[in-house]
Amino acid sequence: MSESLRRLLFSQGKKIMKTDNLHLDQRGLRRIQRREWLKMLPLAALGAIAVPSVNEKLIKRGLALSDRASETFFRRQQLAPTFSDREVTAFDKFPINSYSTYDAEADLANWKLIVEGMVARPGEYTLEQIKALPKQVQNVKHICIEGWNVIGNFGGARLADFLQLVGADPQARFVEFTCLDDYFTSYDIASCQHPQTLLCYEMYGQPLTKEHGAPLRIHTPIKLGYKSAKHLFTLRVSNVLSRETGFWEDQGYSWYGGI
Amino acid sequence: MAVTKSGLAIPAIEAERKGKHETYTREHPWLVRFTHWLNAISLLVMTASGLQIFMAFPSFGDKIPQKDLVHVPAVLGLGGWLGGALQWHYSFAFLFTATGLAYVLYLSLSGHWRQVILQPKELRGIWPMVRHYFFFQPKPPQLEPYNPLQKLAYTSAILLGIGAVLTGIALSKPVQFSWFVQLLGGFGFVRVFHFVAMAGFLAFIPGHLLMVALHGWNNFYSMIIGWKRSPDYLAD
Repeated sequence: MSESLRRLLFSQGKKIMKTDNLHLDQRGLRRIQRREWLKMLPLAALGAIAVPSVNEKLIKRGLALSDRASETFFRRQQLAPTFSDREVTAFDKFPINSYSTYDAEADLANWKLIVEGMVARPGEYTLEQIKALPKQVQNVKHICIEGWNVIGNFGGARLADFLQLVGADPQARFVEFTCLDDYFTSYDIASCQHPQTLLCYEMYGQPLTKEHGAPLRIHTPIKLGYKSAKHLFTLRVSNVLSRETGFWEDQGYSWYGGI
Repeated sequence: MAVTKSGLAIPAIEAERKGKHETYTREHPWLVRFTHWLNAISLLVMTASGLQIFMAFPSFGDKIPQKDLVHVPAVLGLGGWLGGALQWHYSFAFLFTATGLAYVLYLSLSGHWRQVILQPKELRGIWPMVRHYFFFQPKPPQLEPYNPLQKLAYTSAILLGIGAVLTGIALSKPVQFSWFVQLLGGFGFVRVFHFVAMAGFLAFIPGHLLMVALHGWNNFYSMIIGWKRSPDYLAD
């Protein structure tokens, strides 16, 4: 690029009154036009987006990048807003997005939470042991990935307290949950330590109904609804995430799901 | 360097073309052209995947009872289902934001913003352009690359982009940015505003395309190579 042309291009929009235009012949004009075309050429690479095998990989990476960014900027001390009892959605207006029509009742009598993995005290924990931990009741927003939201009343033990009870290894990075109805999901440990993440056994002051995840579910306002798994069966503390990270997550929803 | 009738400096060259002497002005710097086309792609992806996301719950009201606002035809969506659409949306949100940041940064740092952003003294010029386009009145003289109505449209598009990004961040991280969600009136309103930003783009784009079609090849070509042949806005 000639020096005079370069000087010319960097003064666009400036208020000057001098006009000394560069004179080109037809070949000079063609050369400039060709160069401008070439400078736009990298855009052609975007055509690759139209190829399904390329874009499938690309958008999965994009979502993973978004997950990583969310995890990096997650602030544990940032609490989800809480609401007054007056603002809570009526119990019969709290949607039930069940994974299956699983009837928990048969399993309820002898139910215990199986705790495995990187914990000092693995084994089976009864609902009474969980209820013996400090109880927390909170009115928080439950936001669904579909876009709707409700405000629910949830009661239970802080998952952080339970992890302490079972002696979770401080080096652990993940907690994986499986459910009585074969649903499953997994969390980053930081979200499990969040003070509003509950092992929830009550909604609206009553023991969980089977539709809402009896006898025990996770509930947290810091993640989307599908992360709040119902009918807990096993809790596994680990350092490596299983190949299958969650029922919806494996199909394409965000693994982190943090809001 | 040439000067527009309104007194704006614009790079210009004199060149021979088919035996005729022509003046070329560089209306669109490379970064503007590059981000323009990148943005065209992101906007298409963001709108289509956004509509697909909206299909999962096409309402701004309660879940129970659910009253669907519109039925979005499946052909307008992208991603096939909610999960796929979210992957598109979250991926291209990065491109959309980066492109917008690069463009806005360039506008602010270079003098180019004077060519694009509507300035208070130009407000008077909007109405005559409206009368020209909608009521077939004579066209006011063209003083520089964009007329005041055009500048209003482009300035609004930039603001819509900023609005779309900010409401999008609030919508995806309503707990981390709960103060901002509160400021906008709550999660439900943020969702409405995010949708309004898209509706704004959907209103802008057809008008933009129609104008491009009406103003011919020389004008359109300038968004690829940057130079416009013999524009009518140069001072004598």
